Amino acid sequence: MMNPLSHSDKAATPPASNRRLVQSPCASTHVHVECPVDAACGRASHSLTIGALILLNTFELTGLLFLGSLLAGFLGSLTGLGGGVVIVPFLTLAFGVDIRYAIGASLISVIATSSGAAAAYVREGFSNIRVGMFLEIATTVGAITGAIVAAYLKLSWIAIVFGLVLLYSAYESVRSRTDLRGPSQPDRIASLLRMDGSFPASQGIRSYHVTNVPAGFSLMFTAGVLSGVLGIGSGAVKVLAMDRAMKLPFKVSTTTSNFMIGVTAAASAGVYLNRGYIDPGLAMPVVLGVLIGSLTGARFLAGTRVKVLRVVFSTVVALLGLEMMYNGFIGKFVQ
Amino acid sequence: MNTMNAPAPAMSDKRAEEIIGILLRTGVTVAAVVVFLAAIPYLTQHGSAKPDYHVFRGEPDHLRHISGIIKASIALHPAAIIQLGILILIATPVARVAFSVFAFAEERDWMYVIVTLIVLALLLFSLSATNL
Repeated sequence: MMNPLSHSDKAATPPASNRRLVQSPCASTHVHVECPVDAACGRASHSLTIGALILLNTFELTGLLFLGSLLAGFLGSLTGLGGGVVIVPFLTLAFGVDIRYAIGASLISVIATSSGAAAAYVREGFSNIRVGMFLEIATTVGAITGAIVAAYLKLSWIAIVFGLVLLYSAYESVRSRTDLRGPSQPDRIASLLRMDGSFPASQGIRSYHVTNVPAGFSLMFTAGVLSGVLGIGSGAVKVLAMDRAMKLPFKVSTTTSNFMIGVTAAASAGVYLNRGYIDPGLAMPVVLGVLIGSLTGARFLAGTRVKVLRVVFSTVVALLGLEMMYNGFIGKFVQ
Repeated sequence: MNTMNAPAPAMSDKRAEEIIGILLRTGVTVAAVVVFLAAIPYLTQHGSAKPDYHVFRGEPDHLRHISGIIKASIALHPAAIIQLGILILIATPVARVAFSVFAFAEERDWMYVIVTLIVLALLLFSLSATNL
């Protein structure tokens, strides 16, 4: 069968960076652990992939995937970027997993973290369930469309789009936020759809108006398509739609987005499952790792200053984005 | 709720949100436990095999359709039971949407009953359509 690296000169003689992995089955376990951590830190080299897959057995691979996913989920929830966003680069760049299997496993982990986190947020009364439910029409139609379209897209294109979305997510996570809007005028469509709401702020209950429903709805369709094509939650685009276009308060946007991510991902997961893209052996360590990692991260969140960490993790995400684009351009992802 | 003729919408929303929270937490916990319990026999059976995930083959039929997954799970195939756990995970947000239909109906918010039914129909379509 086609080896994704067989056209590359790197396949013939493993470079120095690969030697550690080539020896790994005989070496002690801590050597194994180093590799995915390096990869998750953005230093993944495409030369790593061959050794990792050929030499690891299922037991070792499961352990490494679990540890990497644990770290991804932990950092993802601590920084608000979501663990799902790094799973596909982690699986494809560090382990050479086919991008379709990687997207399948990532989608499932996105559902797990969204449901796990929403269970905690939903009681705090920030999320706007009417806005969320109405926009879910757009995201689910988008997600199903994206999942169908993904089957016909070139894998290298998927990788390049993925890279762009990673770069945007990284930017969105570090940009400064000002949440000082005065109460805007009521909007006709939003009033008709009873979208205006309120949430508990520090000075008591604060009410707000929602505007630009059509723009938000279109952006949500885009978020759904990206989610279906790339197997991510598209949280950054969802927040863009609600925070910037529809002018919801920031806290309401993020919690409502989290509330919606699981439903969006479930819509494309159904298509992926039926198409045979979801492998139990890969999904098992990824789901358990991301879930445990993100729940731990959410518990840490209360008492930590995450600003520095967010900049670091965003840099990692941006580097992974560039790496995905580079690999897409050199044609590493072969059908 | 029968003692008060017109419950304030905010109260009703709050109660619905609490139930949704419990629903989501239960779904995720059950799914994670099922996946974890199946992982043990799965790794015992396949642990020393050399996986080749860089070649895409697609899953066999009994691991990609709801009926096949349930049948193979009853026959105690570890991979199928992991898939069953994943199916429970996918079903969790679907159940949340289904519950929201009733929550909006109880508030007599018929517009949102319809909105939620559309979302539910889309989800059920994507789960059951086998030829997309």
